[in-house]
Amino acid sequence: MIHSLFLINHSGDIFLEKHWKSVISRSVCDYFFEVKEKAVDPENVPPVLQTPHHYLISIYRGKLFFLSVVQTEVPPLFVIEFLHRVADTFQDYFGECSEGVIKDNLVTVYELLEEMLDNGFPLATESNVLKEMIRPPNILRSVVNTLTGGSNVGDTLPTGQLSNVPWRRAGVKYTNNEAYFDVVEEIDAILDKSGTTVFAEIQGVVEACVRLTGMPDLTLSFMNPRLLDDMSFHPCVRFKRWESERVLSFIPPDGNFTLMTYHVSSQNLVAIPVYVKQNINFFETGSCGRLDITIGPKQNMGKTVEGLMVTIHMPKVVLSANLTATQGNYTYDLTTKVLVWDIGKLNPQKLPNLRGSLSMQAGAPKPEENPSLNIDLKIQQLAISGLKVSRLDMYGEKYKPFKGVKYLTKAGKFQVRT
Amino acid sequence: MQEWANQLCENRQFGSKMTDSKYFTTTKKGEIFELKAELNSDKKEKKKEAVKKVIASMTVGKDVSALFPDVVNCMQTDNLELKKLVYLYLMNYAKSQPDMAIMAVNTFVKDCEDPNPLIRALAVRTMGCIRVDKITEYLCEPLRKCLKDEDPYVRKTAAVCVAKLHDINAQLVEDQGFLDTLKDLISDSNPMVVANAVAALSEIAESHPNSNLLDLNPQTINKLLTALNECTEWGQIFILDCLANYTPRDDRESQSICERVTPRLSHANSAVVLSAVKVLMKFMEMLPKDLDYYGTLLKKLAPPLVTLLSAEPELQYVALRNINLIVQRRPEILKHEMKVFFVKYNDPIYVKLEKLDIMIRLASQANIAQVLAELKEYATEVDVDFVRKAVRAIGRCAIKVEQSAERCVSTLLDLIQTKVNYVVQEAIVVIKDIFRKYPNKYESVIATLCENLDSLDEPEARAAMIWIVGEYAERIDNADELLESFLEGFHDESTQVQLQLLTAIVKLFLKKPTETQELVQQVLSLATQDSDNPDLRDRGYIYWRLLSTDPVAAKEVVLAEKPLISEETDLIEPTLLEELICHIGTLASVYHKPPSAFVEGSRGVQHKRLPGSAGSGESVESPDTGSAAGVSDAPPAVIPSQGDLLGDLLNLDLAPPATTTGPPPPTSSGMQMGAMDLLGGGLDSLMGDESEPPPIPLRTDTPQSPQLPHQSPSPPDYSPTELGGDLGGSPAMGAGFGAPPAAMPASFNAPVSGGLDDLFDLGGGVGMPSGAYSPPKSIWLPAMKAKGLEISGTFARRAGVVQMEMTLTNKAMSVMTDFAIQFNRNSFGLAPAGPLQVLTPVSPNQSIEVALPLNTVGPVMKMEPLNNLQVAVKNNIDVFYFSCQYPISMLFVEDGKMERQVFLATWKDIPNDNESQFQIKDCHLSSDAASSKLQGSNIFTIAKRTVDGQDMLYQSTKLTNGIWVLAELRVQAGNPNYTVSLKCRAPEVAQCVFQSYEAVLKN
Repeated sequence: MIHSLFLINHSGDIFLEKHWKSVISRSVCDYFFEVKEKAVDPENVPPVLQTPHHYLISIYRGKLFFLSVVQTEVPPLFVIEFLHRVADTFQDYFGECSEGVIKDNLVTVYELLEEMLDNGFPLATESNVLKEMIRPPNILRSVVNTLTGGSNVGDTLPTGQLSNVPWRRAGVKYTNNEAYFDVVEEIDAILDKSGTTVFAEIQGVVEACVRLTGMPDLTLSFMNPRLLDDMSFHPCVRFKRWESERVLSFIPPDGNFTLMTYHVSSQNLVAIPVYVKQNINFFETGSCGRLDITIGPKQNMGKTVEGLMVTIHMPKVVLSANLTATQGNYTYDLTTKVLVWDIGKLNPQKLPNLRGSLSMQAGAPKPEENPSLNIDLKIQQLAISGLKVSRLDMYGEKYKPFKGVKYLTKAGKFQVRT
Repeated sequence: MQEWANQLCENRQFGSKMTDSKYFTTTKKGEIFELKAELNSDKKEKKKEAVKKVIASMTVGKDVSALFPDVVNCMQTDNLELKKLVYLYLMNYAKSQPDMAIMAVNTFVKDCEDPNPLIRALAVRTMGCIRVDKITEYLCEPLRKCLKDEDPYVRKTAAVCVAKLHDINAQLVEDQGFLDTLKDLISDSNPMVVANAVAALSEIAESHPNSNLLDLNPQTINKLLTALNECTEWGQIFILDCLANYTPRDDRESQSICERVTPRLSHANSAVVLSAVKVLMKFMEMLPKDLDYYGTLLKKLAPPLVTLLSAEPELQYVALRNINLIVQRRPEILKHEMKVFFVKYNDPIYVKLEKLDIMIRLASQANIAQVLAELKEYATEVDVDFVRKAVRAIGRCAIKVEQSAERCVSTLLDLIQTKVNYVVQEAIVVIKDIFRKYPNKYESVIATLCENLDSLDEPEARAAMIWIVGEYAERIDNADELLESFLEGFHDESTQVQLQLLTAIVKLFLKKPTETQELVQQVLSLATQDSDNPDLRDRGYIYWRLLSTDPVAAKEVVLAEKPLISEETDLIEPTLLEELICHIGTLASVYHKPPSAFVEGSRGVQHKRLPGSAGSGESVESPDTGSAAGVSDAPPAVIPSQGDLLGDLLNLDLAPPATTTGPPPPTSSGMQMGAMDLLGGGLDSLMGDESEPPPIPLRTDTPQSPQLPHQSPSPPDYSPTELGGDLGGSPAMGAGFGAPPAAMPASFNAPVSGGLDDLFDLGGGVGMPSGAYSPPKSIWLPAMKAKGLEISGTFARRAGVVQMEMTLTNKAMSVMTDFAIQFNRNSFGLAPAGPLQVLTPVSPNQSIEVALPLNTVGPVMKMEPLNNLQVAVKNNIDVFYFSCQYPISMLFVEDGKMERQVFLATWKDIPNDNESQFQIKDCHLSSDAASSKLQGSNIFTIAKRTVDGQDMLYQSTKLTNGIWVLAELRVQAGNPNYTVSLKCRAPEVAQCVFQSYEAVLKN
């Protein structure tokens, strides 16, 4: 199982280590550093490495490497999932997951790690269980603790640890009972030069924020559940009910959580909300090129497309861009060679256009690769797959909660080839 | 610094936000001293702050071990946070201060009795983490109590503690019976306790590969399946991985397990999903294919696998490596999901490369247009590695989907036109493969390729281009000029290019002999005289000799029809694939290697197999093949899997000789050396050994070598027989393009006589007249166990020579070459009299017959059973081991007829204790017929007596090691049951001799 954990920052310093069995020397990380050097880009470091005596399994998050050392055959996905859970927990406790914040809360971090893993076996990873045992830092508490000599470690067994609903603590009380659901969909798509869809799919997620007193039992149903191809549920969801009736029936955790994620695959028709007309050319002679991009609305179900942004990774030889945008602003970063055009709201009457010339290093050959366009956009109050919540019912408690559903569509990995 | 620290402390007084960084401010001298004072303070709060400071220093790697006694003093507290902090400290430093750690024991033991379950659990958990022997002794009693605690939280913590203790002191855990208690916890009422018990047992089992810790039966499986639904996500992973080791009794049980596991496919945790996929993939094997449920299950597997690809890139990578295996085993699952593997430009490179691999595996006629369009797109990306792989992928598509070949070739030509250097080189390498798959179809593109000759700077591309020129020399007008241009820098080229150039020029010469004489001489002398590379030199000599001896034969060899390359070149061997499917989700599945190949400390990892399908009768481990190979019933001969066996075989060699029935083993160190080399696979070195100069290729006495002037390139004092021996062992060289030159087995004893002619005489020695009985061939090495190589065989004695006659069948997908054989020590010193003569590479699905002459001068060690023989066979893929039993009649020598008087004297001389009697049933031969039949197998009748209608035959036979066996055979007319009495000074052989009697008489 998981033997040790090293936290390594962007520049390759180990700033925290934790061993759950015997101590493993830091030098084991040298193998990792070697690979990291070669990979140039930290994103490209392969997640599973083999060294003569250990395996190094790592993730890269928030500019930090979470590097775990294992000695025996363990499922690597288990380790990777766990590392992401550690990062999530830090995020949850400290508001962000960065070197600074971890260093500021070292002892809490250490206590958390001790509580999450025992002898390499996961012990408590549910946020609400952890929070009952180790309270998250906050200003008020540290004042109170200082004055009263109180502690930030709970001394009763977290109720969730062993109950049948480990994700919910007992005795939750609110004066305002509310349950909100956000249906967020991301479109992953690849469009080719002519605008034809090469590949498109929708990754959806239903995020919940539930603050309800007692032990409520909720049922959420959809107008059109058959749209969904593959779903993964929070452990609280009763799978049998979904299988037979296509409704989500569950006792919710307290607070924010991801109720389900789903997938609408390319087999179904995925609506593409905008079209992109683009022309990027580099000339054989004269060390320059031309760029012309226009974006217009396509299948957006009558909603407004907002937060529109185009990002282009230019070839290395492009020195500068001299462009005019009919709407929004553009910036060209000389060091990273990234052109960003921030458009904002898409106005169907007057389509945004960006055109002008690109100048290249003198004498450099025409670049071989074609830069791709990355599109960002948002559509409020629309789930592009057409998924709709029909109703939410609550059983087991007598009060009437506030209920609400919001929809949002975003571009995920949405790229246009040129 | 000090000032800043003070200020910080002041701020604290006002309750402003403070962080743990403050603990690092005390870096000045005397820090330890100050902390000591604070730790011993009366105020609780001050103590806690001090411990926090200590912990903070510890976490950043400062040495605060000097504070050990002071920190341990703080342990006796009712403040849980303080207690936890002290425990953290203890776990870190106990190892370096074992004596001090003992001080803490009492508190631990007391805490294990605490009314608060959290404290009980914490105490037992922490004690397990203190890796000090002395502490573990005190741990046993509290642990035993906690394993039976009323609170499940304590029980589940205690279960893990057993695994910890096992890691520190395995013997103690066994002696104390904790393993049994742990096994009992599998039936616990609480699912979390069950999951932790499973996890602990699995970890312990890993260091005890043979122990039967996780004894899975239908009852426990049912309990696990129940716990599966209720425990945490991590617990589900442990349970699923454990389930995957179970082999259901029948298809119905298999289906019911599958049904209960499928809901896990919808779990949010990807590790749970993949472990569930493993269980389903394995148990599916047992379901009949026509079952409705089978189809349903197949359909259910696709969506979760696709969803894994939308997770974080690290998860994607592991998922993709596993999907790669799944797609090879069951392509139907994902055949419609091609698009999800399309590469996004911001995927990390490790994800891109894996996706590409899977795209090719899924490529079919239906989707090839799409795939090609994508690949062409990728070929213009920025990342060089990725672009190369994309170009290569286009070539693989052409080879895989015949209908697309033309389109692929034109795509490749388009790419060559881009003139991007590395794209051109990759394209040429794959076009070579396309030529090999579709000969005489796309040669029109050669002209375009030749245009790019100058830009090629990578060995592989150069070698590919040279091969193309050589292969199609007759269609390229200036082939000689092209090749000559390469020849100029011959010595600077890599070996790959040199070898290829040599072969290409020889081909050219055979095709256009008139204009290229000079060229071929030049290259031969470069290869043989000026090169240090033994491979190159050998190949040069072989060509030289071939050309000078018999150009017609040379043509046959060098320009032989090449086998078409197989469909997909990089498929995993089916047996390995089956094993890897059982390891889905593990590190093995990421590395695509069996766990035994790389997991440290798991010496005897058992090879996992997929269960056989219910419909087909061929179960994977049928008992027949097991005993045929003699593995199961011969304890000292048990042949474990690969790897270690090498060591074992050598160990056996080095062990002191056991009591033998024969003469002491001849001291033949050369023999042992040979064995080492063979097993190590380091044969190449033998060929390049400086002390053994290479043989000359010239046979000056051959009349028909008009084109080549007779010149002797090296010292002329080598015997031609030596050359013959070497040549005999090597496969035909010109035939395999790009194949590394075959390593030649060293001749163990006398080199085989016969020179070059042997090269063409494949079946030498098989068709000898037969006299002695030889049992029919049986399978010695099933293909399952040897990566596709199947060996069946028998032994025969022909004209006084013992022969091992084998049929080698290649059931794998790639060509097998470089065969060699070696025996372990055995009872009668059997050893190969020469190298294994497999002269041509064995193509997939081809079988070849070989006869290996044996002698009996090898090292001797008594085997059980006596006639057991352990054999190692090596080919280009691996070394394989099997054992077989030879009929002892093979060892009966021709001069085994004893004088009558001697017989009588000997019979009397051998004590009666040594006599053994056997019955041969259902034999309907007359005594004379029996006598003549036995004589064929060198069992000689010396006298015959008839008493009361019963014929008594007195017989003698002699074994190769000089042991005489005397026999009395009683045959009663009308009674099909014979009685044999055997007398021998070495009574151990009696049983084997009797078996031979029976075998000979009944066949």
